[in-house]
Amino acid sequence: MEHVISVTLENKAGSLSRVAGLFSGRGFNIESLAVATTLDPTVSMMTIVTSGDDRIIEQILKQLNKIIDVIKVVDLSESDAVSRETALIKVSTRPEDRAETLRIVDIFRANVVDSSPASYTIEVTGAVQKIQAIIQLLQPLGIKEIVRTGRIAIAREPVRTEATQPRPLAKAN
Amino acid sequence: MAQLTGAEIFLEALKREGVKTIFALPGGVVLKIFDVLHQQNDVEVILTRHEQGAGHMAEGYAKATGKPGVALITSGPGMTNVVTALADAYMDSVPLVCFSGQVPTALIGNDAFQEADNIGLSRPCTKYNFLVRDVNDLAQTIKEAFYIASTGRPGPVLVDIPKDISMNKTDVTFPDSVSIRGYNPTYEGSKWKIKQAADAIMKSRRPILYLGGGVQLSKASPEVLELAEMTQIPVDQTLMALGSFPGQHPLSLGMLGMHGTYVANMAMHYSDLVIAVGARFDDRVTGKVSEFCPTAKIIHVDIDPTSIRKNIHVDIPIVGDCKRVLQELNSVLRATVNGDQKEWRKPWWDQLNEWKNDHPLSYRQEPDQAVKPQYFIDRLYHLTKDRDPILSTDVGQHQMWAAQYFHLAKPNAWLTSGGLGTMGFGFPAALGAQAAFRQRLVLCIAGDGSVQMNSQELATAVVEKLPVKVFIINNRFHGMVRQWQDLFYEGRYACSYLDQTPDFVKLAEAYGAAGLRIQTVSDVDDGIREAVAIDKPVFVEVPVDQFENCYPMIPAGGCNHEMILEDPPELQKRQPVEAMGQRDGKDTILTA
Repeated sequence: MEHVISVTLENKAGSLSRVAGLFSGRGFNIESLAVATTLDPTVSMMTIVTSGDDRIIEQILKQLNKIIDVIKVVDLSESDAVSRETALIKVSTRPEDRAETLRIVDIFRANVVDSSPASYTIEVTGAVQKIQAIIQLLQPLGIKEIVRTGRIAIAREPVRTEATQPRPLAKAN
Repeated sequence: MAQLTGAEIFLEALKREGVKTIFALPGGVVLKIFDVLHQQNDVEVILTRHEQGAGHMAEGYAKATGKPGVALITSGPGMTNVVTALADAYMDSVPLVCFSGQVPTALIGNDAFQEADNIGLSRPCTKYNFLVRDVNDLAQTIKEAFYIASTGRPGPVLVDIPKDISMNKTDVTFPDSVSIRGYNPTYEGSKWKIKQAADAIMKSRRPILYLGGGVQLSKASPEVLELAEMTQIPVDQTLMALGSFPGQHPLSLGMLGMHGTYVANMAMHYSDLVIAVGARFDDRVTGKVSEFCPTAKIIHVDIDPTSIRKNIHVDIPIVGDCKRVLQELNSVLRATVNGDQKEWRKPWWDQLNEWKNDHPLSYRQEPDQAVKPQYFIDRLYHLTKDRDPILSTDVGQHQMWAAQYFHLAKPNAWLTSGGLGTMGFGFPAALGAQAAFRQRLVLCIAGDGSVQMNSQELATAVVEKLPVKVFIINNRFHGMVRQWQDLFYEGRYACSYLDQTPDFVKLAEAYGAAGLRIQTVSDVDDGIREAVAIDKPVFVEVPVDQFENCYPMIPAGGCNHEMILEDPPELQKRQPVEAMGQRDGKDTILTA
């Protein structure tokens, strides 16, 4: 089963290779990995998409925790989380296809971020299914190049009851 | 405070960590550090003849003292040579701090002379590694290195010091404490789980204690002894645990696993409760995982959460330091144990004693035939046990026989390479232990194959006056390889016959050490006594029965209750001549 794991780690030279090396060295699967610094410049956040049975996922979580540069590990598949991925897709456009391409961009609420006489570069962000769907639709038109960020994910804040109740009206004086 | 160079900070930091001895080999980029070490007397520097030797000596030192061993080596080939020792220490959780030289920071990544990516090379075989990029970080880094190496599940740590860092000066303050936000080992076990474990122990009819190297590392021998005696539970030990429970204790069943005793493996297979303490369910212990301990509930105490449920499903996992968890467990049990445990455990012990008597460890020594390796080790044990020796081994058949026949009574006296199985470990490890304990008797049981993998350290032994006694069990084979070829490759001895074995007596003498040879059964006792009495390093060559195999044996991936107990009939008939025939019958061994 697919798992999305969020890893908080020291933003140090070599930290990324410790995580990547763990996956390759122990034969764990890695589908995507995205990493960047947080508000605290000494800390990075990494989102790893991996898969395996429960025993393997338990090992992955424990082994990640064992890395000294790793500060915190959360398996986001266990909780409610929002995940997004961005893709940049360069599509070749014959004059007769340009309108169709723009329609697809519109439907997916994607953007054309660069264009040339023979191509559009499309930026699309969303859940992984959405990225896959737009790729499928664009493929017949001719995809020249595609770059994906890999997934990033964040846990949803629990919905607190007091926040959902209507605020008392301010007293009119 | 006065300004210090990186090299001076290095020395001061070592002194503050209480380091008395380091094992080192110089090179271009560490000369500044060696220059500083040369001008002081607080830290003893033992010059080794190979960096692998330095690494294993540091391991031997660490295993015997329980404190981190320290090695200092140069960049490039110095680093690549020490990698084997780091990997060995990582597998066996040996606290080690290795300092490597690195090319100047400005040259890193330029393929400079003797440059290697030390961080990349050591990353998969160290607990952690540091590249020091600023001399201001050096003192803090060394403090953290010793802290990481010696706490939690111990392991090797590498500190890579570029040449300019050792020469740069700074105002330095030495830190008193360490705090690393990503590193907080769990020492106290969950009380609730410990209570569950105590309940399971009280209910169990056929329990077995399965001790691993973690018992040595957490110094939990007294707690294990109390637990076993209070509950009358039999004790199995892994190769790494040997000595943490007295080998001759009536509750001890000996070593378990591939070459463990019959009773130790049968007890595991038929038990209803396995209490694993500081062990990691290695494949040499579990055999076929799907049929491992089919009727047992499993309690697993370990400080490393990744060891738990890695290979085997565990019913009661307890993450914590073995010593503290057992203290808590013992105090719970002390209040619960009532009545005569001996009486309650009698049916289980009757069964165990039956297994013990059915297939004890055995060999047959004919007085006029070649010395049997088991007989030799048996005699070595009996003639030296009163002197509380430290025993190191290399890797192979002799190692397994040593584990079977040398019944160590105390922890920190057994130096062996378990996880990595590093041939060439034994001799330098013995030297490291001897450097820590100059007055103790340090023995090394080696094979003729493995001793040649680090025999250059004879020079170190002689120069540093480290009088280790090395007994070379010489069967002119890579014996364990030959055993597998006998059993699983129809006796085709591909590259296992060593037809050009050096004269080990002359080899020792060439270095200025003593050399002896024990030829016959009647020489064994006198030979051992003579070797032990010599006050310098000794190589004792013991030509043994070439075709003796090590049993019991569980074939790799086999079940623990299905042991091979002796040579199959076709092997029993074999004559030594057959093997020689493969080399035109030419016996080219060099004898004096």
